[in-house]
Amino acid sequence: MNGLLVACLLTPMMTAILAFLWPGGRVIKGAVSVCGTVLLSVFAALLLRQVWTDGPVSAQMGGWEAPMGITLVADHLSAMLVMVTAIVGLAVSFFALTDIDEARAKGGFDTFFQILLTGIVGAFLTGDLFNLYVWFEVMLISSFALIVLGGDKVQLDGAVKYVAINLVSTVLLLTAIGLVYGMAGTLNMADLNGSLAELPDQSLVTVVSVLFLIAFGIKAAVFPLYFWLPASYHTLPISIAAVFAALMTKVGVYALIRTFTLIFTPESDMIATVVLVVALLTMLTGILGAISHTNIRRILSYHVIGSIGFMLLGLGLGSPLAMAASIFYMMQGILVKALLFMIVGVIEKRGNSSELSELGGLYRSHPGFSILYLLAALALIGIPPLSGFWAKLMVLEAGIEHQAWWVIALVLLASLLTFIPLMRIWFEAFWKAAPRSDDAPVKEPELSNAASGSAARSESMQLAPVVALSAVLLLIGLAPASLISLTDQAAAGVLNVDAYLQVVLGSGAAPIEEMKP
Amino acid sequence: MEVLFGILAGVLMAGGVWLILSRNLLKFLFGLVLISNVANLVIFASGGVTEGSPPLVGKSGIVEGVANSLPQALVLTAIVIGFGLVSFTLTLALRAWQSIGTTHVEEMCLSEQRAGATDENGGVLSVDDYAQLERARTVNSEQSMEPGR
Repeated sequence: MNGLLVACLLTPMMTAILAFLWPGGRVIKGAVSVCGTVLLSVFAALLLRQVWTDGPVSAQMGGWEAPMGITLVADHLSAMLVMVTAIVGLAVSFFALTDIDEARAKGGFDTFFQILLTGIVGAFLTGDLFNLYVWFEVMLISSFALIVLGGDKVQLDGAVKYVAINLVSTVLLLTAIGLVYGMAGTLNMADLNGSLAELPDQSLVTVVSVLFLIAFGIKAAVFPLYFWLPASYHTLPISIAAVFAALMTKVGVYALIRTFTLIFTPESDMIATVVLVVALLTMLTGILGAISHTNIRRILSYHVIGSIGFMLLGLGLGSPLAMAASIFYMMQGILVKALLFMIVGVIEKRGNSSELSELGGLYRSHPGFSILYLLAALALIGIPPLSGFWAKLMVLEAGIEHQAWWVIALVLLASLLTFIPLMRIWFEAFWKAAPRSDDAPVKEPELSNAASGSAARSESMQLAPVVALSAVLLLIGLAPASLISLTDQAAAGVLNVDAYLQVVLGSGAAPIEEMKP
Repeated sequence: MEVLFGILAGVLMAGGVWLILSRNLLKFLFGLVLISNVANLVIFASGGVTEGSPPLVGKSGIVEGVANSLPQALVLTAIVIGFGLVSFTLTLALRAWQSIGTTHVEEMCLSEQRAGATDENGGVLSVDDYAQLERARTVNSEQSMEPGR
């Protein structure tokens, strides 16, 4: 059954090629993309079920046994993340059907979107450090293409920042990988476990671990390295912003968790403290940034940063409970972010702006849709019984277990502050009366997704994924038990790597024939 | 040989960092090209440099004096990826220069806010002109905030 791992990778790859080659307009290519993500969801669900029942699975590419060849491996964390990626991919590809215009579709939106998914899934599934770099590049190049697609002037400036900072992080990652190879003579992540600790000279190991921290930290947008994110996310078409905000930074978080539990375990005392402080600062600066802005997209971009802080707390505290809390937060955070960005897309369509002062009266005109926003916002804030409540409860429990009172205090403060910008969006955009059109300030030109007069049909098509994601979140909120047990297993698997090592290095996995990337 | 590689990498890194600190997008890019070559050199050197021996193993298995082929494969991959990224970024810089009219990063920042704000000849506004316009706009929007609710 290792074929599932390859299937999860090949499905978006093949869909990308199909979407590129298939003649036809927006609808045809979009339909191909939706079909691809449906298939990916099926494979991801099968993979998750298999991992859930039988433990981690692996596949040796090209038939080369583990330390020599490239290994694909899925433990609980990877399988869960692939599943969430597939869900978000499905929702966004459906949302994009009406959000992405004909010109962008002709420019290859669906192809690049699927390649992006390939890169994300690949990064989650690979068991080889250099291969991780390659998947990061796959992800980066397609995100570069997506970020400039359509080529609005406002997009270009954000794109330049995004590209520049990501190239720097890429070079750092590559250098770090080169040094790891020089020290350990292997790049297989399971094989690296423990081998760096045996080296006589630990100073270079610390340097390299910090290089990894910075490289992945830039991708994950942690505290001092997050400036590129709000600078580039607010200019994008909303489907692209949604998938970026939901998934891209989490790949960085995943890579951080993976490298700092599997590869750099011994000196983790120093690193763990750094990660903990960085996580708390990320949390606070993200929330404060969100408070200080009046553009919905910028507010949510800063919220993305804030939530990264919560996700890194687990790595900083290092106990199974804290890790489980982080993983739970990651799962529901990805879904909430995708949902909120899609809601913003709908708000922009209906209010013709994402600036709070220019919006208003949405509750009066669209009460049902407003409830959806309120649901997503309350889930993010963590009001019981929604999904965010369980996530934050687990984080607090972990803090109490560690008796880290200042962590608890800051988490509570950040949660409280999260309330302000989200409720301000509610009051300004939904509750207050619509501003009179004649005294609206000098308007910036239409934001990128200049939809041609799309009618009620396209609106209901946009609402479908929003409703579906809300339902998933509500389900997680009302019945969190199975997800919590899954995250507990994931956290145990991340912190106790024996099963992971066994499945990668042991002879349990039968080799299969596959082209080497 | 490794020492030579190390010195070369250090010199390139120094030059690269100096260029990256520039506010000109193009210089930044050239700096990045240099640093990505440093990364390649580091991989190559850390795999152990052997002179004049092929990275091939005979049928008998491991033979003495064979060059390590893995770093070469890694560097090759990294060069290809780096080439793609640099050519993409150069195109992006060209496009940005064509549509924004500058490669100076601070002016590019402003261009986002002043998108659409052009002088009477249709040219892009200078930074000073824009700042003036921005002040006027701020006053305008503060007034319009009031009667909203």
